[in-house]
Amino acid sequence: MPQIAQLATTYASQIFWLLVCFGVVFFVVGRGLLPKVTGTIDLRDRQIAADLAAAEAARSAADAEEEAWRANANRQRAAAQDAIAKAKVEAAAHTAARLAEASDRIEQTLAAADARIGNARAAALTEIEAVAVDAVQDIAARVAGLSVSPDQAGEAVKGVLAHG
Amino acid sequence: MAAGKVDPVHQFTIEPLFGTDHWSLAGYNIAFTNSALWMAITTIVLVVFIGGGAKQSLVPGRWQVAVESLAGFVDNLLQSNIGDAGRKYLPYIFSLFTFILFSNLLGLLPLALVGVHPFTATSHFTVTGVLAVMSFAIVLVVGFWKHGLHFFSLFVPHGTPVLMIPIIFPIELISFLVRPFSLGLRLFVAMMAGHVLLEVLSGFVISGTNAGALTFAIAAVPSFLLMIGICALELLVAGIQAYVFALLTCVYLNDAENLH
Repeated sequence: MPQIAQLATTYASQIFWLLVCFGVVFFVVGRGLLPKVTGTIDLRDRQIAADLAAAEAARSAADAEEEAWRANANRQRAAAQDAIAKAKVEAAAHTAARLAEASDRIEQTLAAADARIGNARAAALTEIEAVAVDAVQDIAARVAGLSVSPDQAGEAVKGVLAHG
Repeated sequence: MAAGKVDPVHQFTIEPLFGTDHWSLAGYNIAFTNSALWMAITTIVLVVFIGGGAKQSLVPGRWQVAVESLAGFVDNLLQSNIGDAGRKYLPYIFSLFTFILFSNLLGLLPLALVGVHPFTATSHFTVTGVLAVMSFAIVLVVGFWKHGLHFFSLFVPHGTPVLMIPIIFPIELISFLVRPFSLGLRLFVAMMAGHVLLEVLSGFVISGTNAGALTFAIAAVPSFLLMIGICALELLVAGIQAYVFALLTCVYLNDAENLH
């Protein structure tokens, strides 16, 4: 087995060259290049974590924004409903006032008309009475040859008119 | 060894390359061997692979994803075994895991097809032993640095009756001290066993084929089919052994970091 047979003649060379080669590996690879590699890995991990955190923050911001927008929209909708209700009430009040005014006017017109009709009827009745009195005097004069005073004739007409 | 036979352990032989066998440092021979060459190749491939993936782009390409998932895998291993305090060991554990993994995998490359012989540095216990001792030394340093002499309470599990402490303490101490050996030997044995097995089976294929049609049918063909399966198993073992080495280092570091 050369490992044992050559031990005495080769151990120094083996140990020396191993230490040289492993030293180069340790200082060039382990101390020189490896920190760059792990640094890149750490940097990437940090970047990914930061990106995820930023995305999470952006999402919660968007959620808050949407919530605020929803609340605002609800408030505006409620305000609009209020305005509509108020306008309805105002319009109803206005309509009622206009209607009352119009019906007052109509009633006044009706009352005036009634009054005019009453006057006219009274005037007509008076006229009929006068005509009837004349007619009574004429009839009495022509039929009986009596001369009836207007007062008597008036009495008679009134009595007949009163009895219908 | 007769000619034409396959020597299953010849692949572990260390040979100085490029006439460097006389190089020495403070009296020790430091020849640039085939083992050193494959450790250097592992290092270069690893630096190129990780360097190509360290592009730091926020949207990664395929290469960057491969490197990042490897780093994430080791980071996860530390996180689940040690917790947040484990991050500071990432450079060491990552270097350890990738170095062993790439050594194991490069040693399995079928380069013999083009006449080059790959060498698995992790099939030598001088190499795995140094890695294990390094891990164990870090555990000791961290343990005594953080907890001082209180670190010895690691050898007295929580809730041990006072009467049992003189018996439990040596047992726990021995099991602790065996760790670097088990850590180094496990990787060495797993790597060597797989390579020896493949070599022995390839020896069956060659001698079975040379010995005639009957042995070709009953020995060479089944051995070859078995080799295909074992090659897949060896790829799995290469990954698992690198993982086990890194995992156990994490477990031991957790003992040092948090006691228990």
